[in-house]
Amino acid sequence: MNGTGRWQGTLILIVALIVLWQILYWIVGDIALRSPWQTLSFTVKLLQKPSFWPHLIETGKAFAAALFFAVALGLAIGMTLGLKRIAGDVFEPMLVALYSIPKVTLYPILLLTFGLGISAKIAFGALHGFIPVSLFTINAVRNVRPIFLKTGRVLRLNRFTMITRIVFPAAMPEIFSGLRIGFSLTMIGTVLGEMFASQKGLGYLLMNAIGLHNVDIIMAITFMLVVFAASMSGLLLAIDRRLHRRV
Amino acid sequence: MSNERHVHVSLRGVTKIFRGAGGTPPVHALGPIDLDLRRGEFFAVVGPSGCGKSTLLEVLAGLSEVTEGEVRFEGKPIHGEIMDGVGVVFQEDACFPWMNIYDNIAFGLRQTSITATEIEGRVKRALSMMGLTPFAQSYPAQLSGGMRQRVCIARTLVLQPRLILLDEPFGALDQQTRLLMGEELLRLWRETGATIFLITHALDEAAMLADRIGVMSARPGRLLEIVETGWARDRDSRIVETDEFGRITARLWQWLRGESMKSIDQSSTAA
Ligand SMILES: Nc1ncnc2c1ncn2[C@@H]1O[C@H](COP(=O)(O)OP(=O)(O)OP(=O)(O)O)[C@@H](O)[C@H]1O
Ligand SMILES: [Mg+2]
Repeated sequence: MNGTGRWQGTLILIVALIVLWQILYWIVGDIALRSPWQTLSFTVKLLQKPSFWPHLIETGKAFAAALFFAVALGLAIGMTLGLKRIAGDVFEPMLVALYSIPKVTLYPILLLTFGLGISAKIAFGALHGFIPVSLFTINAVRNVRPIFLKTGRVLRLNRFTMITRIVFPAAMPEIFSGLRIGFSLTMIGTVLGEMFASQKGLGYLLMNAIGLHNVDIIMAITFMLVVFAASMSGLLLAIDRRLHRRV
Repeated sequence: MSNERHVHVSLRGVTKIFRGAGGTPPVHALGPIDLDLRRGEFFAVVGPSGCGKSTLLEVLAGLSEVTEGEVRFEGKPIHGEIMDGVGVVFQEDACFPWMNIYDNIAFGLRQTSITATEIEGRVKRALSMMGLTPFAQSYPAQLSGGMRQRVCIARTLVLQPRLILLDEPFGALDQQTRLLMGEELLRLWRETGATIFLITHALDEAAMLADRIGVMSARPGRLLEIVETGWARDRDSRIVETDEFGRITARLWQWLRGESMKSIDQSSTAA
């Protein structure tokens, strides 16, 4: 598909979603939903309130830190296990197992370890994100074409140069797909972390609003999160496609 | 001892047996082979498909450890490590897809202590020689298979190796380009004085380019015969018109006909 075609597709999808939302609102009514227009105007109002910003900043900080740890840890684990066949065979199934359990069951442990502050949210976000990054990186490194490694050997590269200049860039397109998924999961993890045992952040506001049945706030925050997540993953997907086109 | 100076690479009793992986029987791919490559000669190898030509090249390069026997490069024994001064062009496309053509060719040079100006000069010369100048900024995915193979050749040549190993480098090219590239290779060989070891499946290519042609048997690959061509050093593709060229090609085919049939039998019984 060409660039304009893809843009048109995206635009049609967005319009369709808004129309669906509006129809749903007509059916369900004010008790559980707000219309797209009401949501948008309330979101703008919320963004103008000074008391809202500390929460947004808190979530932003926690998410950025969680993403940093998820990516750093994911790449380190992925590169190590990808390069070491036997260790990879042993630890990869463990990562898969960890990936498939609901991470909420581990949250009490994280809270006891990190306390009620921002660290627990960061840890919880990173916990969600690092596994896909690791798994994708392991496979990416293993799938590097042997001929590239042979070429590196003929050029008599040392191990460090081999990894940084050949293995890593060769694996990059696949690693990036892992980063894209890790990004979304880290965000979910961070907000989830804020929903339980937290005094600050979008997740906390959301939980609070659910308790008070404040549909305006629920809709506005969900809307913000969805717009952010969708536009970021759209951007990452575009980069991802670019990387894959070269292969 | 005086002979030592003229021998660039020597193989003595070289044998390669691949251990069978996961219950498959071991594969005796190569040898025993005895061979001396003379310094500065152009040596070609022909042989039936799957007879161990690429395996022989990997052994020569030091990429693959021999099961038995000894390989010496410039007098020093090789034990599965790559020596300085050896360049390899593989049978497979080995261009790095994440680098443009210029960077692909410059990559090896940048890993050495050669100055940036020298690197630029060499890469530009290689680009123009291989007809790749307009594609310097393109990525490998935008090039045809034959062009990518030329990138791989250029990338090896810029390193100015003393021993150049080429595994069917012109396999992806059409006949005309193949002949012209052959001439380029000859010119390069004359200019640099490098020793060239060329694997090819084209008998005419071997007959036109090489000083000596090793004919290999069906697997396990052994040297059946070494054919001396006796060409002058400053030859070009016009020698294909000579009677001698016809005689050499016919002789190669005589040797290979039976072996190729054996090789086909081998693969049909294996299947
Ligand atoms: N790593 C390996 N493990 C097991 N067997 C191998 C391995 N590499 C090659 N072989 C086998 O050794 C034999 C020789 O292979 P090789 O690639 O050297 O042949 P070739 O003469 O280069 O063939 P072609 O003309 O098709 O390029 C083949 O039967 C092949 O299956
Ligand atoms: Mg081969």
